Amino acid sequence: MKRFLSLAVSAIALAASPAAAQDVAITNATVATGDGSDPIEGATVVVRGGRVVAAGSGVGAPAGMPVIDGSGMWVTPGMFSPLTTLGLWDVGAVQSSNDQSASDSPFSAALDVATALNPSSQHVAVNRAGGVTRASILSFPSSSIFGGQGAIVDLGADADMLVRRRAFQYVAMGEQGARIAGGSRTASHALLRNALREARQYGRDAQIPGGSAAPERNPTGDDIGVDPRLIDSRSERGNDVLLTRFDAAALVPVVRGEQPLYVGVERASDIRQVLALKREFPRIDLVLVGASEGWLAANEIAAAGVPVITDPVGNLPEAFEELAATQSNVGRMVRAGVKVAIGGLTNGIEKPLNATQYAGNLVALGKIPGAAGLSWGQAFATITSAPAEISGYGGRFGVLAPGAAGDLVIWDGDPLELSSAPTRVFIDGVEQPLDNHQTRLRDRYRDLDESDLPKAYDW
Amino acid sequence: MRLAALLACGGALALAACSATTGTGSDAESASASDPSVGADGRAPFASTYRRYPGVPTALVGATVFDGAGGRIDNGIVLFADGEVVGIGDASLAIPAGYTQIDGSGKFVTPGIIDIHSHLGDYPSPSVPAHSDGNEATSPTTPDVWAEHSVWPQDPGFSRALANGGVTSLQILPGSANLVGGRSVTLKNVYSRTVQGMKFPGAPYGMKMACGENPKRVYGGRGRMPSTRMGNFAVNRQTWLDAKAYDGKKRDLAKETLKGVLDGEILVHNHCYRADEMALVMDMAKEMGYRVSAFHHAVEAYKIGDLLRDNDVCSAIWADWYGFKMESYDGIPENAAFLQREGACVVIHSDSDREIQRLNQEAAKAQAAGRRLGIDISDATVIGWITLNPAKAMGVDAMTGSLEAGKMADVVLWNGNPLSVYSRPEKVWVDGALLYDAIDRKRRPVSDFELGQPGEGDVK
Repeated sequence: MKRFLSLAVSAIALAASPAAAQDVAITNATVATGDGSDPIEGATVVVRGGRVVAAGSGVGAPAGMPVIDGSGMWVTPGMFSPLTTLGLWDVGAVQSSNDQSASDSPFSAALDVATALNPSSQHVAVNRAGGVTRASILSFPSSSIFGGQGAIVDLGADADMLVRRRAFQYVAMGEQGARIAGGSRTASHALLRNALREARQYGRDAQIPGGSAAPERNPTGDDIGVDPRLIDSRSERGNDVLLTRFDAAALVPVVRGEQPLYVGVERASDIRQVLALKREFPRIDLVLVGASEGWLAANEIAAAGVPVITDPVGNLPEAFEELAATQSNVGRMVRAGVKVAIGGLTNGIEKPLNATQYAGNLVALGKIPGAAGLSWGQAFATITSAPAEISGYGGRFGVLAPGAAGDLVIWDGDPLELSSAPTRVFIDGVEQPLDNHQTRLRDRYRDLDESDLPKAYDW
Repeated sequence: MRLAALLACGGALALAACSATTGTGSDAESASASDPSVGADGRAPFASTYRRYPGVPTALVGATVFDGAGGRIDNGIVLFADGEVVGIGDASLAIPAGYTQIDGSGKFVTPGIIDIHSHLGDYPSPSVPAHSDGNEATSPTTPDVWAEHSVWPQDPGFSRALANGGVTSLQILPGSANLVGGRSVTLKNVYSRTVQGMKFPGAPYGMKMACGENPKRVYGGRGRMPSTRMGNFAVNRQTWLDAKAYDGKKRDLAKETLKGVLDGEILVHNHCYRADEMALVMDMAKEMGYRVSAFHHAVEAYKIGDLLRDNDVCSAIWADWYGFKMESYDGIPENAAFLQREGACVVIHSDSDREIQRLNQEAAKAQAAGRRLGIDISDATVIGWITLNPAKAMGVDAMTGSLEAGKMADVVLWNGNPLSVYSRPEKVWVDGALLYDAIDRKRRPVSDFELGQPGEGDVK
């Protein structure tokens, strides 16, 4: 009972007052900064006021700052997991607990995942304990090719996981988009173009100089203000529109290039069709998602300056649009100059925290003749700085550099190796709890002793 | 990227140019004495026509050897010839004349990896409806169906399992829509024009059963029994009672399979997640007079390691899958380590065309989770989770699963410790024939489906 009380008190304390960032220096560790460089041995990382002050081999611990001896440890930025559904579900197959998609909704592009986020989800806690500190969250397209507006989050153990809402729009093309749009790629392309044109027109209508239809912008504190038509609906529209006002408004920042459009696409020919969209909508800010056959169009992707978020171990022709899938996809795209992040490891089976394993596999591939792998530093960047940069947070997340967020993970060994695990995790300089439903079950079943009381009393 | 596939998964059934030589299997695999299903030609139906491919007497020298049975030899020697392991030992082992020596310095040798739970061929790539042949989801019990009749031997997945996973044998199971899904088939991972050409000679049949959410959802959703867990058990028990009453006078394919289980000739592989439900199944098995060889997907096995040990039932598990369905909510990464601690049998399985390529890595993750709790399980023991233990649960351990003289020469040479993420198979032999070689492009199978397609013959 005493133990129960102390736990309850600490839980209340945590909820009432978010822990303050602590200034700390970690010395004599192997430091991987996440920027693509190789790990540095005997290095120091200094965090002050929730931000990284310095990281490297020539860095000393400031006088008076608490010091953690990192001997034998690795220190890295926290992982940035792009395109997860953390906080949107509890059990995949339990529909009532699952906000990953809205198959019966009349809305699509307007859907905003920020409204569904639950920082208390066990999957947030499990992945935090695995070294994931930041993520982007998407909602899956189902009733429409548009999934809705994704968010950038942190995995801190506090009430607010949102870093930036409406950070990107997601659209499914390829086989999935074709199926949703009416049965053919032709349908998904017509639908996409129509939607972007409606949004473009809708955006112009809102900007009639001096017109009463252009109410004052209403900033909400994030980078993209709430569109006025969500407040005032006086703008007239044509009578042949397909999009709801909400959905059209949500796509205005996409056609303006203010909000990236993430496009789910696999086949090389589909990738080329997506890149061609830039000719019609020059301001559009594209990110390719999936891109199993990206290596076949790597030079074109690189020339277009479009980054890629991909699952690195898909090497089977699981669909006809993935006939050329290979584990060398990432290595070949990186060689061609494409910025690539590992992502889309979304559900309970493929946990985002396993991105370390997948990055390690890309290093291993380098030893196979004919395959294209990555160096250790390059591989680590695909799960730290590259996804942060693609998400609009270059230099701020996913990297240990002066001014970056104090998102640190201390590991008991090489973070890409299967035997290693985080021992301490910091987000914005705040040390995080690493316990969760799984660790509690682990502790309960350390033995099977029920000689005094049933297991239900062991907590 | 499998966004669509992942979405579906949430609610889904989670669910060489060599001439053939005479092999180790008998020419016409003889049917068992009590099996009434002998064909008019006197053979067991669909008998294996697998033949080992030619190999040369080979000595792997200087590698670290994990024998699959818990043994480790540093700077070891493994000898094989004529399809069989001739001997293993330390550097003092004499290498007979005529053996091709391969330098294994800095490398590792294990038995061929075995996946006890695969749907390759039954749910092949490409994953299109025309290929969906793994669940005969039209009746709660279908003991009459045989997984081998669904296997497409051209599935590109077999080559990936060989090249990246070192998988030399695998059991193909029916899916989990039904309480009784039908017979499994054990294959050697060697491409053939026919499934008979892949069948592991002399392997016993298995029978797939499924607990819990899947059968009750599939059939309850159609307004028929079973719609609850108690319905699952009622249908199961009546099915067993009917089978026990079968006299064999009029052939009944379903009852022949069930009878084979009751006679101990067909091994039960039971999809079952929850600890309480596994305990009920073990009691049902005792009531009806059969035994469960392995529980598959047993994410809660750690809660009853003692019971599983005492009943001599293996747990075939993932390293860390959890949370995708209600009965997987209590999955923890320490599952394997806790089972090992209790002395229960651990098997790491895949149920996936992807994870079958990394069973070594999955085993390593499970090992690491235990080590962080102070449960230190040796590398040599952990290799047994993906070699000898699955072989035992599949009834083929007398023939493969460990490196012992007289067993099949199913051997993997790894370019580093197989429990490291940085290691890959360098060479894989099946029955002594070199069927994958990382440094020889032609020793890499390409299925019919992949010919002429983008990426044909690529390093996948």
